[in-house]
Amino acid sequence: MFEIQKVDLTRVKPYGDTMNDGAIQLSFTLPVPYGDEANEAARQLIKKMGFEEPAVVYSHDLGINYTYFIMYGKTIHTVDYTSIEVPKVEVDVLEKHEIEDYIKDNIKRDVVILGACTGTDAHTVGIDAIFNMKGYAGHYGLERYEGVESHNLGSQVLNEELVAKAIELKADAILVSQVVTQKDVHIPNLTELVELLEAEGLRDKIVLVCGGPRLSHELAKELGYDAGFGTGSYAEDVATFVVTEMVKRKLV
Amino acid sequence: MNYELKKGVKILSKLNLDLEKIKASRTSAKNIAEDIQSFIDKHTTVSTERTVVRLLGVDGVDEIEKPLPNVVVDNIVEGGGLERGAAYWIGNAMLNLDLTPQEIAEKIATGEVDITRLPAKNEQDIKDVIVEVAKATMKRIDAEKKIREDYIKAFGPSKTPNLYVIVATGNIFEDLVQARAAAKQGADIVAVIRTTGQSLLDYVPYGATTEGFGGTYATQENFRLMREVLDEVGEEEKRYIKLTNYCSGLCMPEIAAMGAVERVDMMLNDALYGILFRDINMQRTLVDQYFSRVINGYAGIIINTGEDNYLTTDDAVDAAHTVLASQFINEQFALKAGLPEEQMGLGHAFEIEPTLEDGFLLELAQAQMAREIFPKAPLKYMPPTKFMTGNIFKGHIQNTMFNMVSIMTDQGIQLLGMLTEAIHTPHIHDRYLAIENAKYVFNNARHLSDEIEFKKDGVIQNRAKKVLGDATELLNQIEKDGLFQTIEGGKFGGVRRSRTGGKGLAGVSLKDKGYFNPFIELMLGGER
Repeated sequence: MFEIQKVDLTRVKPYGDTMNDGAIQLSFTLPVPYGDEANEAARQLIKKMGFEEPAVVYSHDLGINYTYFIMYGKTIHTVDYTSIEVPKVEVDVLEKHEIEDYIKDNIKRDVVILGACTGTDAHTVGIDAIFNMKGYAGHYGLERYEGVESHNLGSQVLNEELVAKAIELKADAILVSQVVTQKDVHIPNLTELVELLEAEGLRDKIVLVCGGPRLSHELAKELGYDAGFGTGSYAEDVATFVVTEMVKRKLV
Repeated sequence: MNYELKKGVKILSKLNLDLEKIKASRTSAKNIAEDIQSFIDKHTTVSTERTVVRLLGVDGVDEIEKPLPNVVVDNIVEGGGLERGAAYWIGNAMLNLDLTPQEIAEKIATGEVDITRLPAKNEQDIKDVIVEVAKATMKRIDAEKKIREDYIKAFGPSKTPNLYVIVATGNIFEDLVQARAAAKQGADIVAVIRTTGQSLLDYVPYGATTEGFGGTYATQENFRLMREVLDEVGEEEKRYIKLTNYCSGLCMPEIAAMGAVERVDMMLNDALYGILFRDINMQRTLVDQYFSRVINGYAGIIINTGEDNYLTTDDAVDAAHTVLASQFINEQFALKAGLPEEQMGLGHAFEIEPTLEDGFLLELAQAQMAREIFPKAPLKYMPPTKFMTGNIFKGHIQNTMFNMVSIMTDQGIQLLGMLTEAIHTPHIHDRYLAIENAKYVFNNARHLSDEIEFKKDGVIQNRAKKVLGDATELLNQIEKDGLFQTIEGGKFGGVRRSRTGGKGLAGVSLKDKGYFNPFIELMLGGER
């Protein structure tokens, strides 16, 4: 009897069609003219990256002496899966009705949640997905939650403005969305909000959350936020964190 | 209803739309626009006046990098003279000082001239001297129009749908490389996305720029540099490559003026977009959009309206009628500004949730409906963005479906979807893959639209019927309530804005009896 190889979690490699074949697909452009030399350059490059059997399966002249490649190769590298630790938001996500019950039972008043895209960011897709009544991909937004008073302030909100609103509306939580992260423009902006809240003596009284496609929980904590949510997070993920954090920190 | 296809062949409507409802919608939209136009006609804004200053030939910055048009208009505002208009004050200064508008601006910058403190000259003399300067600018714009016409005559028009791609590196010189590559790969239109935040600047930056986030500053020098490269590569490729920029935000008409003299061919230019999506004060935007469209209309610039945005904040199935209603309103505002239908790139988008059964049919219905209701408009069709996930392979298919709808419904301007949407601004090969996708679909199904009809009372016809019916009702309601109130009630894009809220209200002023803006008359009365 033949047997297929089992995965060794201390030495994990990509899987194409055979365990540990290391198969990876790549695509990229090199600023060199299309031709045999270009293909060879691409092969040499990915060899240096640790690929064996580098194969250019397609290359195309981009018109300005640049060449586009689609390649396959077999990586020589492995990772130790057993030693990996990733900081995560540690809550069991509740469903919408469970969150509503949780608020009724444990907080006993409406929870005020503010949301905004701050700074110069005008991309509201993320914050809208969390807030809008209709929600996103079948997950209702906070506007539909009983016991949640939600305010989506929209795009390009200044941090000062957001803090003023938080004071005016007695916010329990602030959700900040940052989509534009080119050249790390979001970092100083996110940090500034923390500083403003601290200056107002509000930081301890508010659950502060940020989110966006390029944001991780780890980065959020580093910047002084209580949690960070990336792509694939829905209203219930954020709401669960907010309400349980409020109870945990006795902000009810 | 008949409508004209790209080849000039007239065919019957495929949707069996209720012509009375289309007519009623247009009438409502016309009344809505007229109601607002009476407000517009009584007002001016700082940006409108800065535009007049620019068109009178003032350019450059002072020692602290403040644009001279801002220097001049700020000086007028400080003297309490905005209500009379910049043209009056500059004309008066010209008669007093025997200087050009540029020299006057420079002297204001150094504090040698305080423009509202000069002795008042005869009003007719002021008008005469200003009209003369204005005509010189008009000649410059006419010359650029002639160059565009000659190019198109020489190379022939590009096939529709035109392939529209964006560049957005933040550095104009890197943009030039990307634009050249895009043109080589087959793009018909190159848009330079603006840096995030520019729409909220109450001035237009000056000179070539190399720092931007998610885009590149719109400046007159950046326009010129990009135009030069597109002309160059266009000559190599024997195609006229159109240049697009963004005529929105707090400097709408100024950008239009810059585009008119640097031969930008298309401008994103929506009557309501700034109000809804940038929280710019509604009075400010409505006054500004008027002058910007007068300029775009005269300069032969195709405007692109922003209805696609409603579908990123609202649901594409439920809010489809708001897109149509807004197209009707944008059409009427554009007509008021003398912009012909052929220059109205009315917007819409392929944004229905991809898992919805028969979603493709609904997209077809919407696109075909827009085609039949606005037969002469080069419709601007926007790609999926909201449901792009980072799965580039699925994204590439979503874009293929989008391209399919476009060729089946004869759209005019196809903003190509990028497989990496939701990840980053396009890389050079993302654009190549998008162009290849569109060319494949458009070529492979080139005459499909001539061959197909839609089943009577089927899903597609009924969907179009419903959306048109809902739009007619909404327009009727807006006509009764007024546009300001409708926006205050959050009817568009689910966004609420107040009449006195938002940015830029301070820059709005009533005109007085002596107000004049020479360009409105010259551009609306002039040859088009």
